[in-house]
Amino acid sequence: MKLVWTLVFSLVSSVAVAAGGPGYPLEHIEPDYEDKASLQRGLATYTHYCMGCHSLSYQRYERTATDLGIDPDVMVEAIVPSDKKIGDLGTIAMPSKGAAEWFGAPPPDLTLVARKRSPDWVYTYLKTFYVDPSRPLGVNNKVFPKVGMPHVLEPLQGVQRTVCKEAPIRVNGTVQTDSISGQPLTENQCGILEVVEGTGKLTAAGYDQLIYDLVNFLEYVGEPSKAKAHDMGIYVLLFIMLFFVFAYLLKREYWKDVH
Amino acid sequence: MGLRKTEATGLVGWIDQRLSIMDAWNNHLAQYWAPKNFNVWYFFGSLALLVLVNQILTGIWLTMSYEPSAEGAFASVEYIMRDVEMGWLIRYMHSTGASAFFVVVYLHMLRGIMYGSYQKPRELIWIFGMAIYLLLMAEAFMGYLLPWGQMSYWGAQVIVSLFSAIPVIGADLAQWVRGDYLISGITLNRFFALHVIALPLVIAGLVVLHILALHEVGSNNPDGIDIKDNKDANGKPIDGIAFHPYYTVKDIAGVAVFLFVFCVVIFFFPEMGGYFLEHANFEPANPLKTPEHIAPVWYFTPFYAMLRAITFPMFGLDAKFWGVVVMGAAIAILFVLPWLDRSPVRSIRYKGNLSKIMLVLFAIAFVMLGILGALPSTPTRTALAQLGTAIYFLFFLAMPWYTRWESTKPVPERVTK
Repeated sequence: MKLVWTLVFSLVSSVAVAAGGPGYPLEHIEPDYEDKASLQRGLATYTHYCMGCHSLSYQRYERTATDLGIDPDVMVEAIVPSDKKIGDLGTIAMPSKGAAEWFGAPPPDLTLVARKRSPDWVYTYLKTFYVDPSRPLGVNNKVFPKVGMPHVLEPLQGVQRTVCKEAPIRVNGTVQTDSISGQPLTENQCGILEVVEGTGKLTAAGYDQLIYDLVNFLEYVGEPSKAKAHDMGIYVLLFIMLFFVFAYLLKREYWKDVH
Repeated sequence: MGLRKTEATGLVGWIDQRLSIMDAWNNHLAQYWAPKNFNVWYFFGSLALLVLVNQILTGIWLTMSYEPSAEGAFASVEYIMRDVEMGWLIRYMHSTGASAFFVVVYLHMLRGIMYGSYQKPRELIWIFGMAIYLLLMAEAFMGYLLPWGQMSYWGAQVIVSLFSAIPVIGADLAQWVRGDYLISGITLNRFFALHVIALPLVIAGLVVLHILALHEVGSNNPDGIDIKDNKDANGKPIDGIAFHPYYTVKDIAGVAVFLFVFCVVIFFFPEMGGYFLEHANFEPANPLKTPEHIAPVWYFTPFYAMLRAITFPMFGLDAKFWGVVVMGAAIAILFVLPWLDRSPVRSIRYKGNLSKIMLVLFAIAFVMLGILGALPSTPTRTALAQLGTAIYFLFFLAMPWYTRWESTKPVPERVTK
């Protein structure tokens, strides 16, 4: 019997490995719904740079304000558009038909983008725009080739290009190191992303933080109930454990007569 | 005058004079003698009942806020997730409950196969059970369309189009099921009606029949022997104990263990890595955009793998048709299992080595097919799926021979611990 379970588990785990597809390696981030400051900065970035084209049409402003610890008056002042109330959904005025003509496809709603794509995908996507004169908008993307979206955050990140240079060798995303010195092995590679110095307002670290905050916010908005679920879940599980103790004692008491 | 005699007093006595509730209580609980040697495998029947109740209750509350229309369905699910008080919990209980239902039902079925619970005189219990399983698949399939996400839509498109593989009438039949030329709001509305009323009603009725048929002949046990062969002076089986209180208290402890695992998923991993809630389903249905990889939910994947394993046409009919035939046969053959097993013993404990080997191979093949059905197909995987399909059918079709020819072990007189 043990052999069977071992076989079953090894089969299941082999699926987990096989499920990851090919493509540009994604950078991993850990979203943190408890970091309210990060979520608030993410909301601000979304409002300034994304909201013109991308709706959050399943989420109400009021819910975001409550969950992120933003005073309702401040929310109305800084975030909610003037023609909307705080209890409204985050829909936008851009007509999707016109948008489809301008960009080739209407800019998608972002409420669930992190749940659909994964936070890692969105994070890497926002960091891998690069100059490509062959594209209508002059930019392309490593994660989403032939993307129709312009690089809205370019003034912050700076102009990113692909260059050929010495870079660490990666196999399946892991940097290969010299077995004696421990130094990374490098070779001349092409298609390496490089930001032209002095073209962006933010440093590389500053831009990474900005994108992290934005993705953290999008992850929150994809599943705003998560924080509450985790809080409640602990108590529910503790209750069930306690319940089990009494249920088990009751069972043992009754089953004393069964021989 | 004309009232039944009863020992009960008060309100219960008053009712019992008019409706025999005390007899029912005794026949099904307090004096229903269940074998005392049930092991862990015997929890899954009561757990299936628990999950059924969970699905019905959470389903009722979901219906209060869900909007069954192509325009409003997706948004109404997100409305439940965000604006309805505790809506996220109700929804996750329902979505996780669907998968949990299949987990406990598959284990319940495996228990039946291991201990020969389908053998005479329990053939009818098994048939009712298979009917429940079949309707449960229909119920789950129709429920999966309701969130109106990309995978809801395209999954339904793939499955309904299977009908079109049937020669001559196929295309018309598929159109009749959809009520349209493709999956549309019309389909959504009829699936909603079937999902919330028609199928649950029939399933609940079949569950009653399943239990009534069980209580008529009595429960099997891990030794596969008849406890009714050894009775005491009062006619009570010596190895039997009253279902209530002994198994009710035992099942409550089992329920606690189940709920712990269930709640871990609900509160911490509701998507279960994309297997309980698929990532692509967080995008609204788009009839103009086919997803790269369409995979059914995990509990259908073994049969989906068998469907895809048939890659060659036969007798002038195309491969897709034969795939549908194989998939249908894989489920149909389960119904006749009681007549395929010719073994003189019920339990796997006393069957021969051949039966044991076949059962292990069968279980491995089923899990392997489940995994393959969730992955995009490649030539290697298709070959593996073909092997798995062959083993699956060999288990059943060769059963009349290997169960009769192998030598079995002697069966004990009384149940063992």
